[in-house]
Parts: sequence; C-alpha cells; structure tokens
Amino acid sequence: MPALCRNCLTQFDTGTRCPECASPRVLSHPELWDLSIAHMDCDAFYASVEKRDNPELADKPVIIGGGRRGVVSTACYVARIRGVRSAMPMFKALALCPDAVVIKPRMQVYSEVSQLIREKMRALTPSVEPLSLDEAFMDLTGTTRLHGAPPAVMLAKLVKEMKDELGITGSIGLSHNKFLAKIASDLDKPRGFAIIGKAETTDFLRPKPVRLIWGVGQSTQQSLERAGIRTFEDLLRWDQTDLHARFGSMGERLWHLARGLDHRRVSANAPMKSISNETTFNEDTGNLEILDGHLWRMSEKVADRAKAKDMAGRVVTLKLKRANFSLITKRVSLRDATQTADRIYRTARDLFDQVGNEGPYRLLGVGISDLCAADQADRAHDLLDPDAGKRTEAERATDKIRARFGPDAILKGRALR
Amino acid sequence: MKFSMERATLLKAVSQAQSVVERRNTIPILANVLIEAEGDTVMFRATDLDIEVVDKAPAQVEKAGATTVSAVMLHEIVRKLPDGALVTLTEDGASGRLTVEAGRSNFSLATLPKEDFPVMASSEYSANFSAKASVLRRLFDKAKFAISTEETRYYLNGVYMHVAEAEDGRMLRCVATDGHRLARIDATVPAGAEDMPGVIVPRKTVGELRKLLDDDDMDIAVSVSETKVRFATPDITLTSKVIDGTFPDYTRVIPTSNTRRLEVDAADFAKAVDRVATVSSERSRAVKLQLDEDRLVLSVNAPDSGAAEEELAVAYGDERLEIGFNAKYLLEIASQVDRENAVFLFNSSGDPTLMREGNDTSAVYVVMPMRV
Repeated sequence: MPALCRNCLTQFDTGTRCPECASPRVLSHPELWDLSIAHMDCDAFYASVEKRDNPELADKPVIIGGGRRGVVSTACYVARIRGVRSAMPMFKALALCPDAVVIKPRMQVYSEVSQLIREKMRALTPSVEPLSLDEAFMDLTGTTRLHGAPPAVMLAKLVKEMKDELGITGSIGLSHNKFLAKIASDLDKPRGFAIIGKAETTDFLRPKPVRLIWGVGQSTQQSLERAGIRTFEDLLRWDQTDLHARFGSMGERLWHLARGLDHRRVSANAPMKSISNETTFNEDTGNLEILDGHLWRMSEKVADRAKAKDMAGRVVTLKLKRANFSLITKRVSLRDATQTADRIYRTARDLFDQVGNEGPYRLLGVGISDLCAADQADRAHDLLDPDAGKRTEAERATDKIRARFGPDAILKGRALR
Repeated sequence: MKFSMERATLLKAVSQAQSVVERRNTIPILANVLIEAEGDTVMFRATDLDIEVVDKAPAQVEKAGATTVSAVMLHEIVRKLPDGALVTLTEDGASGRLTVEAGRSNFSLATLPKEDFPVMASSEYSANFSAKASVLRRLFDKAKFAISTEETRYYLNGVYMHVAEAEDGRMLRCVATDGHRLARIDATVPAGAEDMPGVIVPRKTVGELRKLLDDDDMDIAVSVSETKVRFATPDITLTSKVIDGTFPDYTRVIPTSNTRRLEVDAADFAKAVDRVATVSSERSRAVKLQLDEDRLVLSVNAPDSGAAEEELAVAYGDERLEIGFNAKYLLEIASQVDRENAVFLFNSSGDPTLMREGNDTSAVYVVMPMRV
C-alpha cells in the first residue's frame, strides 16, 4: 500500500513509521496516489494567527470575537477543550472559560495571512475555490507530471510550508469529490490529513448522520427525521424519484450524496452572490437614533464593498436579531439596482420602519444580493424623490474625497450616532 | 331558505362575489359568500374585510332565509351548469347543508352559520354624488397602470381620487404613481363631489370597480368618507376601505417648463418601441431615444444579446436630444393614447418627461428617464 511521510515527504511502500526519519506521521492508503480533490481548512485560524504573533498566548485559552456581547468567531484548541465553540454567544463562552483571553478580530492581518496561504495553494493548481479566509477547495487533477509528485505529496508539502513559513497549521481532506473532501478535512483536526477513497466511500458514509451534509441544517434535519432518515444508511433505502417527490431538488442531491456522488466542480471564480455587513451591539437597544446610526454605517460598508467590486444589488435585505435571539429578516427588490449607500440605507430604513418597534435588538445587518454590474445600476431616479440625484452626486464626491484623504476625511453626521 | 334562479343571473351575481374573496384564507368564513333570500330578491355578499361587495338579483323565493357557502365552489358549480338551466338552492337547517339543484345535477355543500359572517360597519359618507360609468372608467383605467406594488410605500398602492384645482377650474382627479411614472387624469366635478375628501382607492378595489363600469350610460352612485368609498349600481354595491396614508404632493413632480416638443403617432411609436425592445435584456429594458429635426431614432444596445435600431418620422424642432427610458413604461403610456398623436415634452436627459394626447391636458403622464 502506498505510504507517505508527512514529516519529510518520503514516499514508500507500507509501514507505520517513516523509513527515513522514523516519524510516525505516516499517511497510507490504497488510493493515496490517485485522489486529487482536496479541502484545506486552517486550524482555529484567527486564534492561531494571534498566538503566532504573541507567543505568550500559546498555552492560554484564546477566543476571537467582538467585545463582551458578540459571538465567538474562533476559539483556540485550549478553549475548545473547555467547551467553547464558534458561533457561541460570548457570555456563554466566558461562563465556560472565564480565564479566556478575548481578542477583537484583526481582520486586516488575517486577510493578509490568508492571501499568503492562497498564493501557496495557487502554486499547486489554478483551481482553488476559497470558501472563506481559512478554507478552500483545490482540484489537483492532472498536476502529477507538472509537480513531479502526486497531489497527496504536494498537499502534505503545503501544510508543512504553512507551518514552517507562516506559523499556521491546517488540516487536509483528500478524496474524489468536494463533498467528501470537506468531510475528510474535519476528520482528524487539528493538523490532520484524512483520506476517503472511492472503495470505502459508501461504507464510510453509511453509519454517519445526515447532518454531515453541508446545507442540512436543523429544519431539513427535522423533516428528514419525519421521513425516518437519520443516517446515510436510511437515505440509501430511498428511491431517487421518491426522494425527489418528497424533498424536491434537495432530495435529488441527497440521493447522490448518499452514494458519495458529488459532481460539483472546484471553481476558481465562483461568482459572488451577496454583499452584507452586520454588527452585534455592546448593549441591546431599541433606541431609534442609535439603530439608525448602525443602519447607516452598515449600509455604507456594504456600499463601499460594492463600489470596490464595481457591483450593485437588486435586492436589499435587513436583518435584525431581537434580545431573545429570534431573527427578523426583511427583503425587498428594487426596480433599479443600486450600489449607493444612500439608496441602500433608505431602502433598509423603509424595511426597518415596516418591522415596527419589535426591539430591543442585539444585532443589525444590511446586505444586497441579486448582484449585477455597476453600470446596470442607479440608472433611474425616483419621481417622488427629486433630490435623490443630488444625493448620489454628493456621495460620489464624498467617495473621491475619502479616496484621497482617508476614510475618515468626511462623514455623515448620521454616522456618528 | 329556498329559491330558484336562472343560471346566467346567478353566475353573474356569484362571480362578482367570488372575485372579492381571497384565495388563501386563514379565517374560513371569509371564503364564503353570504346568501340572503327575501321577498323576490336574493343578496350575495362577500368580503375580504377591506372590500365588501353586495350583489342583488331577482329570484323566485319560496322560503326566506340566509346561509353562507364557499364562494369559489358555488361559482365553479354554477359556471359548469348548462346555459339556460334553472338553479334551485335549498338550505336544510337540520343538516347544515346547502343543496344546489339544476336538472339532473345535485350538489350538497357545507355551510357556515350566517351569524359568523362579518358585515362591514356602515359609516357616514361626507360626499355623495353620481357619475356616469364611462367617466369613472376613464379616470381609473387610464391611471391604474401606474399604481405601485411596493409594500414599503403602501400609500402608492392605489389611485388617489380627489378634487383638485386645475387650469380650467376644479376637477375630479385620479392620480397614480410608483415613482417611475405618474398618471394624472381629470374629469368635470360631478354635482355633490366638490367637498369630497381625497381618498386613495386600493388597487384591488380599482379592479373590482372596473366590473361595475361596463355599461357607458349607467349612473354610478359614489359615496366618499375619510375612511371608506362606495360605488353602487342598482344591483351591485361595492364598499371599500381606503388606504390610510397621505398621498405625496404630486404636483411638484409634473414638469411645467419642458419645452422640447415631440409629436408622434402613438401606435407607430408603441410598435417601434416594442420591436427594438425585443433585444433588450429582460431586466433593464432600456430604450434610447435620439431626437433630431423631425427624426426619431429608437435604439437598444444590450451587450449580452444584441442591438436594434428603428427610425421614425416625427415632428420635432428643437435641439438634438438623447434620452433613455424603460421600454415597458413607454409602451404603457403610449397605449393610453387613443384618439390623437402623442405629444412628449422633454427637458434634459435627466429630467422627468411629460406625455399627453394632443393638447388635451385632462390626461397627462410623467415618466422618469433612465441612464443609457
């Protein structure tokens, strides 16, 4: 059986220790040299960056997240031992782990590190599909001759270099499609390298719960359970047409995934679908003035990003989370797509007024979706709002001033609320 | 309750009722029509809590009484019965069923108690007047295309009917707009309407009202209050709540100093717009109008699908102008013109454009241009 030492990258035949360096970190699998779809997921990415930059934190529980209120965006493995999970509200995390060091995310730094990692991945293959700053799919099919080594070797080299050069650890899932690669990368985290070969695919999946499938959340899980489907084994008993009849296109997907089939390609430039920004307040608030200020700032951030990408959206979405965590989302389609903060804000504000006073709220978010090119946007003014044109021009002028003198050179009074 | 009616009469009465009933109802009784038989007439009443329609029809009433049944089901049954059939409806108090008989067909329908049926509270109307069906039809038909469907600006989801000061005195006026185009239609103020409060008649009511207005010479009794509006023919009474909101000040939207005048045959213009718009993308549908002396070039340039151009002979004597519009909006306003040429008055490519029929200012349309 082909084997690979993850330490010194020696390729050999069968064995649990590397014949060269005697390391026990050996990968061996019958299909080791044949699989080429990979998923790379950094281990506790934000926390790892923080620990790298401040070695004092190395053995302390570190939580990355916004302030006292927000949610945990990343918990390091020390904190995870104590039960802290990402997306957990901060107060809950601190109850579990009172001595945790809470660090405000430094997105700029993370995104720089992420760029370096992405460059490394792109050196392996042009087919890199980033899912977020810290994870990506890679398709290394057909690269063996180019690199002079099979994908598994190059991937082991990638994580080794990430560790040696950037001080970041990552886990690799290697399989024959995206669905399985993503599952695999999670199998022996951190610093993992897991392989799901074609031969064992169905046996591997059979006892697993269906919630393993990306996109099967709580509600889908419930409706699957009503149909008696908990595991992949249960899914296998279903006929393709029955699944389709009961669950629609989702059923179609489930039928394929149950058999370990996933024909989605790794696409390097998956089109962006939406642009959104949200914020969790330090204190729940029902104060209209404060909320209005947040509404403006979020709209402006969304507009800034849209402008940077030369895109605009036809749908504006408002997201509000009440103090009891229940979520309100409202969306509206515009006749004419927009990228200006002014129109995003005004539309979101209309939506906000429609919701009425359901507060206090703990979170507010604004987003645009159904994106199109910017030259298709803001082409018609509103008859009933004759000043809209002037406001758009003012916004364009403001943008120019900012580009030249910095983002704080000119602000709306509303932004200070 | 027991009565008999000729199928056509019954169908007409029931169809008016069932169109008011909402298809999806959380309150079961709202799916029903209230049937009340007394003397030699039967009344059919349906409501969605915002609109109530009452349709009176002559019938041979054997036994007075009242009940409610599913409006949609009754309508479907009557519709499928053969023409000329005599239909007998009998309510059997004991079983709580309504039997519908015609020839050899026999239906038994579930009923709900008439006491549960919500009857719209009657209200005081501050203005009562009478108007010819043809007048009301023109006022609403020409305005309704511009009604907005935006939920956020609910006060635009209807036609604003009010009395306004126009150039030639006070007018009964209907205005509708969605912020992209606007229609303003005037008619002579009928006696008794002078002091009516301005009301926003909801879109659905406008649709229901239309069914009352087919007969040109029919006199329609109109009653208006701050909160309700009522339209009545001798047989049908349509009562509706009005939209509780303030219609925006539309007068400042209507351009008064647009001087660049284009006159064009409306039908030719509409056809040309429709043709060139074929290549535009479904979503933006922008048409460019390029005006030179007595010449109009319509063009569409859609990078993904292609380009189109068409030239029209027109009357235009001003400076060269290029201006873009949504093709759909142009088609809609052009189709309002039925007698004379369409006259467009432009200012610049960024300002609202005005359109009217010849020199008739009793119906004007405003459309906002778009960047092309």
